[in-house]
Amino acid sequence: MADQPLLEVKNLSTHFKTKSSASFTARTVVKAVDDISFHINPGEVLSLVGESGCGKTTVGRTLTKLTQHSIGKALFRGQDILPMSQAQFRPLRREIQMIFQDPFASLNPRLTIQQTLAEPLFIHKLVSSRDAAIQHIKEILEKVGLDASIMKRHPHEFSGGQRQRIGIARVMIVQPQLVIADEAVSALDVSIQAQVLNLIKQLQRDNGISMLFISHDLGVVRHISDRVAVMYQGKIVETANKHDIFDNPQHSYTKKLLAAIPKVPTYQGALSHAT
Amino acid sequence: MQCGTALILGLKTILQVCSVALLELDNLNIAVASKDKLLPVVHDCSLSLAEHETLGIVGESGCGKSLTALAIMGLLEGSQVKITSGSIVFDGQNLLEMKPSRRRLIMGDRMAMIFQEPMTSLNPVYRIGDQIIEVIRQHRRISNQGAKQRALELLELVKIPQPEDRINSFPHQLSGGQRQRVMIAIAMACDPALLIADEPTTALDVTVQKEVLDLMLDLQQRTGTSIILISHDLGVIAETCNEVAVMYRGRIIEKARTRQLFSHMAHPYTRGLLASIPSVVTDTDWLEAIPGRVPTIDEQLSGCAFHPRCAHTKTSCSQTEPPLIEVQEHHAVRCHFAGEI
Repeated sequence: MADQPLLEVKNLSTHFKTKSSASFTARTVVKAVDDISFHINPGEVLSLVGESGCGKTTVGRTLTKLTQHSIGKALFRGQDILPMSQAQFRPLRREIQMIFQDPFASLNPRLTIQQTLAEPLFIHKLVSSRDAAIQHIKEILEKVGLDASIMKRHPHEFSGGQRQRIGIARVMIVQPQLVIADEAVSALDVSIQAQVLNLIKQLQRDNGISMLFISHDLGVVRHISDRVAVMYQGKIVETANKHDIFDNPQHSYTKKLLAAIPKVPTYQGALSHAT
Repeated sequence: MQCGTALILGLKTILQVCSVALLELDNLNIAVASKDKLLPVVHDCSLSLAEHETLGIVGESGCGKSLTALAIMGLLEGSQVKITSGSIVFDGQNLLEMKPSRRRLIMGDRMAMIFQEPMTSLNPVYRIGDQIIEVIRQHRRISNQGAKQRALELLELVKIPQPEDRINSFPHQLSGGQRQRVMIAIAMACDPALLIADEPTTALDVTVQKEVLDLMLDLQQRTGTSIILISHDLGVIAETCNEVAVMYRGRIIEKARTRQLFSHMAHPYTRGLLASIPSVVTDTDWLEAIPGRVPTIDEQLSGCAFHPRCAHTKTSCSQTEPPLIEVQEHHAVRCHFAGEI
């Protein structure tokens, strides 16, 4: 599609120094992310998959500058975002958005849905009047499958699936170029997870969004991605398009991961469910 | 003479029937006390578990699977949740009519339970060895030394490396998988006839999940324990259980031998659940998600619990609640149109 990737990560490392609990123990360095490189093309979904503690969340947090990187570059449209100050980065925050895992923790409980969704519009100066904001909010709520009448309500009145839709609406309302979704469907029940996955895929395709999809669930990853990067102990051990990862894995860790998943027996009746 | 043989044969069959069913739940109803009324959360739950069998209970959050397990274990005492009717027969005794003091002798001995989050179910201020020994000494007349010996054996059994060192560890010094192994060691301490595992691997990574599930099945092979495995993951259920019960909104909506269920799912919800899971072996462009959401427990609903979300709903579905009917031997479905759709 385009010659230049939207995001290019080069030799990124994020190290943490542990605080010494007793005064005589030496500080140790945890290499949460250790010299990783990958790229995401415009309109492409790259999944970052791995087990807990492998560093996948730290990658997402580093790229949104929620965590300070140690070494390396992250070129967003050719421009390195990592050395930027928060003030310099602020205009780019509209274009790089994040969907979080826990829909119970990521919405401000004291704001109504309308306030939650209006906030990014005003911060990024996308609207000038209240009426225009409400118009935008109505449109986005319809896109994520919620009724416009919910605007005056608070987050606690909604189920997990609905809250995650609201979280997605808040991300999509500013028309981002790159969405980082960190375990975006992991907290949801299977039947709700399927609805939200379909929604994310639909919005991603309709708007040509690039996405870094961070997940531990290989079924979900196969469903949503174009390419997959497998992380293990802070390093990317294998990157390939999804068919190669799932049907012809090369690295022993990828093979081990795939072998460990409990398989659901295939059943043709399930496919005729909606008929 | 003939009469005598017939009698003996008859007695044998009765004995066989008795020994086969280790646990029988008959029309168990559970309700939550809310303000001035009781909200039903588990309806007419009937299950039976034979010795050496593994029964899987699968369903989404709030479907009543954990409450059913807690009811069997007798852990609902003193909570807002009450058993309103039905019976739980274990080893030929109705647990609900038993005195609490007698029932406590069974808990941890003849039946044991492991939970989802091993960090919250282990006591953080005691060494794991002491926590295993506590259970053994609670139920067996045994010296501290003997119990410690048994604890070491158990740690070895659940494949904790260097049990002699690990027996003195505190829970926070172990990884998540190791903690769950310790929980299994505590549960298996008195060779229970029934082990209830409530989402035992949900908090674990897939590679560790496989190790823990393999361990549970391996222990079952050795000790002959019956297992009730509660999970939201159809894959875990399919790989570990002989029998499956699918629950939705407090009801068992389908029950079958595992192979039967996966070769022919009869209830639209079971099919929808399976279709909702993205596969790791095949590509899917769009998932056939079940529309809508599970109604909350205080929402009144007439007829079939699933009818507002079902693609096959007909008028009768919203009027009368379907009973659990056998469509084949060992395969029961709670749907008016089970044979047709």
